[in-house]
Amino acid sequence: MFEPSARRWQGPSGRSRVGTSRPSLAVDRIRCDGRGYCAELLPEMVRLDDWGYPIVSSDPVPDHLLDHARRAVATCPLLAIRLAEGGRSR
Amino acid sequence: MSAASLLDGPDLRFEAEPVTSHLARLGPSLLSGAALIDALDQGDLRGRGGAGFPVGKKWRSVAGRPGPRVVIANGAEGEPLSFKDRLLMQTRPHLVLDGATLAAHAVDADQIVLYIGREHSAAVDAMLHAVAERPPRERRRFQLSSAPVAYVSGEETAAVQFVNRGVALPTSVPPRPFEAGVRGRPTLVQNVESLAAAALIARRGGAWYRSSGTLLVTVTGAVARPGVIETRLGTSVAEVVDRAGGPPGAIQALLLGGYFGGWVAADDAWDLPLDPERLRTTGRSLGCGVVSPLPFDRCGVTETARIVGYLTGQSARQCGPCVFGLGAIAATLRRIAIGLSHPDDLARLDRWSAELPGRGACRHPDGAAGLVRSALRVFADDFAHHSDRRGCTATSPVAVGAV
Repeated sequence: MFEPSARRWQGPSGRSRVGTSRPSLAVDRIRCDGRGYCAELLPEMVRLDDWGYPIVSSDPVPDHLLDHARRAVATCPLLAIRLAEGGRSR
Repeated sequence: MSAASLLDGPDLRFEAEPVTSHLARLGPSLLSGAALIDALDQGDLRGRGGAGFPVGKKWRSVAGRPGPRVVIANGAEGEPLSFKDRLLMQTRPHLVLDGATLAAHAVDADQIVLYIGREHSAAVDAMLHAVAERPPRERRRFQLSSAPVAYVSGEETAAVQFVNRGVALPTSVPPRPFEAGVRGRPTLVQNVESLAAAALIARRGGAWYRSSGTLLVTVTGAVARPGVIETRLGTSVAEVVDRAGGPPGAIQALLLGGYFGGWVAADDAWDLPLDPERLRTTGRSLGCGVVSPLPFDRCGVTETARIVGYLTGQSARQCGPCVFGLGAIAATLRRIAIGLSHPDDLARLDRWSAELPGRGACRHPDGAAGLVRSALRVFADDFAHHSDRRGCTATSPVAVGAV
């Protein structure tokens, strides 16, 4: 009965997902153990804090970095980083 | 000026209002279902647990998912400075139950979980007694879930995980509870004060709430009569501090929004409106509605170090940035507070606290980092004084509330 409104729902952050069809990086912070592969493979978008945990750009991954981003995602031994469609990076 | 709605009715000293008195005083709900959700939007009711998310939007997000669905009435109240949820559950339990029942109807949920801090035993007792007073048809839908009181246990994914498997720790999102919560079902997690406000809106409408709506504020710290005050949305900070008997003398700053809120210099604070949306636009947060003046003779650096030390101890210790980053911030603050700082400490605090937000499964690191950054601004002189090892000018090391 709330169909029309449900379709308008933009996610709990209230941020619009319109215009961000390109994926961005998202980290599962509980899984992440700071192995650091992502920062090695994608330094353009990931750096490490003083304890080796990633600080990830929330921008959409530019086309020319998509292959590198996919490799970073595939290499994480803890499966803690992913490419999320219009998702938020946490 | 004093506008009672949530706490209207019999003397609060007589404890829980019986169902007969509650019904005679307020009558039946006039709005329900989709009409109630529209009224919540119209009244612009915001969640009172701390995040201030629009309540109508939250209900819609759950209603829009395939059922069956669940409602969690969140009375965990893990913020050490807040007492308003407990007071509400202890004195007006039927208002909370009304709100939970209306929410369940509006999102078409068949199960309602009362999630109340285990140590809040008077609130648990009052709520259970109130459930027993409800008609059998309604009573069957309620279930009690009591997690040990801890700072993160009221976080909505922690509430869901506790109901599911007895562990009150946050989980990674997605999925958020509205997507997959209790037993994988779409779940509405709503603070008890928000539910009580919805129960009043169901009787009086959204326009009434917009013009006359109230909120509960816990006024504590350097005031003559600390306690919970109900006041109109938009009331100034000065007025609620005044109603709590005022500070015994001059104050330099106050803590707004609890441990997840921020310090505000006294001169900037008095005219601030207690309204979640208006505060948000000034970059501040009402949080769970705590106003706590810091006495003039107490040290903001020391007090911040104490609070951040507490928050570090309350970390779920699941995410690296919270364990290491927040831990290092707490250790550095402690070092500065006792006058043993390193020359780079202030720069490190600034960088670490800027790097922390958004890097935990929940908002624990965000809240703590916000508090630290507000302290660096408001107590800039004190931090410089401490860092130069000129010692602390305050006469007493402990200030706001007690942990």
